[in-house]
Amino acid sequence: MAEGETAMQPAAGASGTTAAAAAPPPPSPRRGPPAPGPDSNQGNLDSHLRPPEALRVIGQPLRRVDALAKVTGVTRFADDLVLPRMLHMKLLRSPHPHARVVAIDTREAEALPGVKAVITGRDLPIPYGILPVSQDEHALALDRVRFVGDPVAAVAAVDEETALAATERIRVEYELLPPVATVEEALQEDRERLHERTAYANVHKAVSLRFGDVEEALASAELVREDLFFYEGNTHLPLEQHAALALFDADARLTVWSSTQTPHYLHRALAKVLAPLPASRIRVIACPNGGGFGGKSDPFQHEIAAAKLAMLTGRPVKICLTREEVFYCHRGRHPVLMQVRTGFRKDGTITGMHFRTLLDGGAYGSYGVASTFYTGALQTVTYRVPVYWFEGARVFTNKPPCGPKRGHGTPQPRFALEVHLDKVAHQLGIDPAELRLRQLQPPHSLTANHLRVGSMGLRRCIEKVLEGSRWHERRGRLGRGRGLGLACSSYISGAGLPIYWNSMPHSGVQLKLDRSGGCTVFCGSTEIGQGSDSVLATWWRRSWGIDPFAIRVVTGDTDLTPVDLGSYSSRVTLMTGNAALEAASRARALLARAVGAHLGVPPSRLVFAEQRVFDSEEPERGVSFAEAVELAEARFGTVGTTGSYTPPPAPGRYKGAGVGPSPAYSYTACVAEVEVDEQTGIVRVPKVWIAHDIGRAINPVLAIGQVEGSVYMGLGEALMEEMEYRPHRRLVHKMPSMLEYKSPTALEMCEVVTYLVEDPDPNGPYGAKEVGQGPLLPVPPAIVNAVHDAVGVYIDEIPLHPHKVLAALKAKAEGREPRYGPARFPPVRYPAPLEVGLPEPTPAQPAGAAALAGTGGGRRP
Amino acid sequence: MPGEYLHLRLRVNGEQHQLACASHKTLLEVLREDLGLTGTKHGCELGECGACLVLVDGTPVLSCLALPQELQGREITTVEGLADGPRLHPLQQAFAELGAAQCGYCTPGFLLAAKALLAEQPAPSREAIRQALAGNLCRCTGYLKIFEAVELAARRMAGAATPGGQRSAATEAK
Ligand code: FES
Ligand code: FES
Repeated sequence: MAEGETAMQPAAGASGTTAAAAAPPPPSPRRGPPAPGPDSNQGNLDSHLRPPEALRVIGQPLRRVDALAKVTGVTRFADDLVLPRMLHMKLLRSPHPHARVVAIDTREAEALPGVKAVITGRDLPIPYGILPVSQDEHALALDRVRFVGDPVAAVAAVDEETALAATERIRVEYELLPPVATVEEALQEDRERLHERTAYANVHKAVSLRFGDVEEALASAELVREDLFFYEGNTHLPLEQHAALALFDADARLTVWSSTQTPHYLHRALAKVLAPLPASRIRVIACPNGGGFGGKSDPFQHEIAAAKLAMLTGRPVKICLTREEVFYCHRGRHPVLMQVRTGFRKDGTITGMHFRTLLDGGAYGSYGVASTFYTGALQTVTYRVPVYWFEGARVFTNKPPCGPKRGHGTPQPRFALEVHLDKVAHQLGIDPAELRLRQLQPPHSLTANHLRVGSMGLRRCIEKVLEGSRWHERRGRLGRGRGLGLACSSYISGAGLPIYWNSMPHSGVQLKLDRSGGCTVFCGSTEIGQGSDSVLATWWRRSWGIDPFAIRVVTGDTDLTPVDLGSYSSRVTLMTGNAALEAASRARALLARAVGAHLGVPPSRLVFAEQRVFDSEEPERGVSFAEAVELAEARFGTVGTTGSYTPPPAPGRYKGAGVGPSPAYSYTACVAEVEVDEQTGIVRVPKVWIAHDIGRAINPVLAIGQVEGSVYMGLGEALMEEMEYRPHRRLVHKMPSMLEYKSPTALEMCEVVTYLVEDPDPNGPYGAKEVGQGPLLPVPPAIVNAVHDAVGVYIDEIPLHPHKVLAALKAKAEGREPRYGPARFPPVRYPAPLEVGLPEPTPAQPAGAAALAGTGGGRRP
Repeated sequence: MPGEYLHLRLRVNGEQHQLACASHKTLLEVLREDLGLTGTKHGCELGECGACLVLVDGTPVLSCLALPQELQGREITTVEGLADGPRLHPLQQAFAELGAAQCGYCTPGFLLAAKALLAEQPAPSREAIRQALAGNLCRCTGYLKIFEAVELAARRMAGAATPGGQRSAATEAK
């Protein structure tokens, strides 16, 4: 693995990198032929993946730094932690979907031997919520419960059994309220409101943003098509159940270990709810997550209640949720009803689009306002949409709250848009791939809704999957019941704006170099299984030529690490990466000065490689990396540097412009092959080809793993995963268990051919963009489009249950519209549109100018 | 409010343990809470996910459904018992190299299920691997890297000529 470094020239090392990052992106970043890699890692790699000499260390398939801990079972997840004198906590949850809490009697529970404390809503009266605009949650219900599973009381006891027995002795008097079960009911004015502050009825949020004259564009279009779609809600189902451990020590400091993706946001919520305990006395440590997918991004009731009980009892308090409770926490994919109305020219190009969404948000706000905007944000970054109108609304219902799941609010509209385009292609007799290729959003451009697109490798992605699937030869010719479908997508590499308004960096990194030649990296990001610790350790190999395994990574600890907003919105590689590169380049400069002075050579002539720092003109003259640190320490004192990253300011200036901007967008194209059994309606997916424009693959093993994991999750959402509630107004989960919530097993997983396409983005570290979420998005629409290719019916809602396929086939046989899907879009009182208008035409920016102009944009060593 | 206590003798990873524990405890709880073997995970505690899978005399058993008193005198293997000192089991090596462990939470269960499979079928087909692992859920990897890792380990164990499976954790850096 070291050959890349020895071959590295100093000039290439420095300017080669900058060139890759800031120069105009090469039109087709083809690299040399693949070098033989270890074992099967290379199996799926696109041949152009091999990095140029200067980047040989980035882009190496490298084992993750934490892999050995994971395969030996020594990784410590939150529930693996044990402290002396630890108490166990259990929550009492509401059995009713909607009720007023009239009285709670905890005396009998408190009297039970072994019970140390019982708390209710009155002990934690301050509301909180992840978004500043939605502070609508209480750790324990104050006066009202809003879904089956809403926590009402918490008990700390010497063991789990005692705590559980105590919860059964708590008497709660409820006054039942009529529940709001569906979006239709939520839109009615005469229903009980779940929250005081709503747009109207139980409408949590309603928005309307208009960019240009859409009605005019539709009126003058050669074809206007309108379609309705529905995307059912589903949940993250992380394999690890959420767990938290709280300790309030003798110095009156609170520490909470938790399976959280966002320790910084949890820290803020704890400080708010536990006031007057100052934030500076609260420490949140994010344990490695046993899967997150967005489901561990909110501050949760059990975390807050455990902290409170630790403070009251003076003893450590732990809770691990049961699987049933994980279903109650939810925050999963919103069910979204969508109406798409688009004008087209005869050649299939879009003249204007009107997109409407209606989200069932469940009982609380969570990330819902952002989710609502996301259902309208990214339609414009893949294909040119000259004028655009988005109307979105989210309602409250008495079900567990929805929130961010992998792709946050964008898989649903992406599904609608991609199936809609497939229908138009058929209507106009144009190949669906050709229809897309004709109107790709150009790189380095602004969209109608003021998003700045940087590098854009979608064309190449489409070409890869067409080639791989032999699209032109095979589509429509696979025989009865078999078909191919195409869909594309795009996703953000980190949200351009933080959850709460501030002008501080989104990512911070501190480095400590020590005389051993080792280095410790402190960063607030969290390892949720995606390999962020590994990516964090990898940058140093490039900057300094030291082995990533000599790097110690300390992450996700609010006491020790500088703030990073957390592992969500696919932000870690880009944002944390840029911060890390800045810290690394500063440290490199210090070391180079010290070593240069020692050797009597100008610092610019020094090379960092192979754990050494040496003169490029006389490579045998040099010092070990450890000696370099000693020299720097002797000269400058303790060696430590910092780096930070703030995304470039978003071009949009309108209210709502905060959702959608990102320093860079990843792109994905996907072809799915399906087999449809026309007797049973069962759809099988034997194979998927997927190409993802990742900007730069920092570690192909991790990247391919993220792509395959995304395909898997998209497959599950397309075919089987759904949150279902029993009707009859009880709104109990139909399936709060892993057995009944169907997810793909090893038997259902399809074959996946992955292509990583590299179109480096000027804002990404070494050009890198996200990979963790985007590849999920095109999978469901590709499958639905393939079903149409196979049997000639469109299933306009997912999951694709067999009964839906059968109903559509029946409709087709009877000469009705060959589809299954929603029939109507209920009347929603969207506000009058905010007439934002189109962005000012910008003078064609030289590519790369963005990187130079981007405030705080990634600097590179 | 523990009820009855049991006195147990359990053999785990080749070590004999004696302990007293509440009679309702599952093997999963005894392993994690009484023996400190937290490598065994849980995702449901209802026999639905496979995260808690251990081997009993080489046969896969869901520890969340097993009662320890019935397993006295049997040989229980957990993930902690896979490596031979610092030498990783070829399955562990292959899982680490190929990225078959992302969050790693499902990994112990998969490793043990795969070990049982390879003991029976040293060169399993992809289909046999799928069948053998169908009771274990993984939400991160999409299973494909896991299949590849089992195949790689099988090849190495058969060949043993490849040194890959035999390197120690300490020297195995790349
Ligand atoms: S914890 Fe035993 S099968 Fe899930
Ligand atoms: S690696 Fe996360 S569940 Fe399998």
